[in-house]
Amino acid sequence: MTTADVAPLAYPFNTPDGLQLAEAYEQVRERPGLLRVQLPYGEPAWLVTRYADARLVLGDQRFSRAAAASHDEPRQSEGQRDGGILGMDPPDHTRLRSLVAKAFTVRQVEKLRPQVRELTATLLDEMETAGPPADLVDLFALPLPVAVICRMLGVPTEDRPRFRVWSDDALSTSSLTAEEFDASREELRAYMAGLIDQHRRAPQDDLMTALIEARDGGDRLSELELVDLCVGILVAGHETTASQIPNFVLTLLDHPDQLARLRAEPELVPNAVEELLRFVPLGSGAGQPRYATEDIEVGGTLVRAGSPVLVAVGAANRDALRFSAPGVLDIAREGNQHLGFGHGVHHCLGAPLARLELQEAMAALITRFPGLRLAGDVTWKSEMLVRGPRVMPVEW
Amino acid sequence: MTWNVRVDQRLCQGSGMCAGTVPEVFALDGEHARARSEGIEPDERVLDAADICPALAITVHDGNTVIGPRRD
Repeated sequence: MTTADVAPLAYPFNTPDGLQLAEAYEQVRERPGLLRVQLPYGEPAWLVTRYADARLVLGDQRFSRAAAASHDEPRQSEGQRDGGILGMDPPDHTRLRSLVAKAFTVRQVEKLRPQVRELTATLLDEMETAGPPADLVDLFALPLPVAVICRMLGVPTEDRPRFRVWSDDALSTSSLTAEEFDASREELRAYMAGLIDQHRRAPQDDLMTALIEARDGGDRLSELELVDLCVGILVAGHETTASQIPNFVLTLLDHPDQLARLRAEPELVPNAVEELLRFVPLGSGAGQPRYATEDIEVGGTLVRAGSPVLVAVGAANRDALRFSAPGVLDIAREGNQHLGFGHGVHHCLGAPLARLELQEAMAALITRFPGLRLAGDVTWKSEMLVRGPRVMPVEW
Repeated sequence: MTWNVRVDQRLCQGSGMCAGTVPEVFALDGEHARARSEGIEPDERVLDAADICPALAITVHDGNTVIGPRRD
């Protein structure tokens, strides 16, 4: 058993300018027990890197997210953030989640496929007209998920430049002071409150209107919960997908044999998306620590009640005990139960929508531009919770 | 009175939401979730689990009536 008296290692391990899984994870995963790590802010935490341990911590009610609010939560930025729905445990979490879950089921989301396909084609038409070199992020990867989530939620797409700034701020790590972060969040909340007000006066056929009805008619959530749910859906609904589209393209360009196979067998696209979700470590580091509510043994370490545990899903997704040849990108991999969308009660609400967008985006890109390649250096996002290109010039 | 709860193995995507919400009723030990037993005591949380399942893989019966997932 490892004990808590070893000096913790500085964390996160991953570098922002690329998509590599840091070497340190491989070493930690092989070693018995959990590792003590220290994030830039907050108390030290245990780090989980193995698949089975990750599923235990994310899926077991004896680990709490809500408890983080009463601790000095390990975090990458100065200010301690109110996690919203991500900072709740059942039954509070279940109450909020059930209000939005129906809009994001596999069946509901599948109905959006024709719209997403059409939107994808239109954006690629425009990119083709603009001609190479073109910025894949600005012309395609960002506008696609933004348009989809805006339409679904009831937010005007033309406000994209405004909420891109807020969204970047919401997911930034050390670039903002606690005061700057709070100011940005209040601006975004005020913007969303204004839209909610408009929807109250003129109800629409969208998710915001449905949530307003749940608040006003059913009294099932508070006004602040309503605002923060809409904010959360808007931010989470595009930033991650907007990062993974260029990340997936870069990863496939790095694996020309897999890219060639995907072009020859486009029916593999859904499977390839799952493999890319497993293979690409999106996060700069594990966040959202879970607090043990009783003493629990995890992977050979006794985690004491009241201790935080961080789960590195990118590392768990390359655990050889769960995946054969885990470091190999295999777009035809079977039984791919990756943790790219997390696990347990906080499993990504938007997973079905993200899958749909990623499938349509990858299928359309490889079909339209068989010679797609980089046309210059990628500029990476820095000091963000998610990794990905900020600018990615391509030609075809 | 007992309810019957089932997890459709063809639909389940293994998100773990049900086992995280009502661990006494649902288990996720392999790739797909399962109900620990078919007949259960009525429990509002089981209906919640059926509502929030992203794959809509959970059905709850009271006799011949489907009571979960709920429509609203």
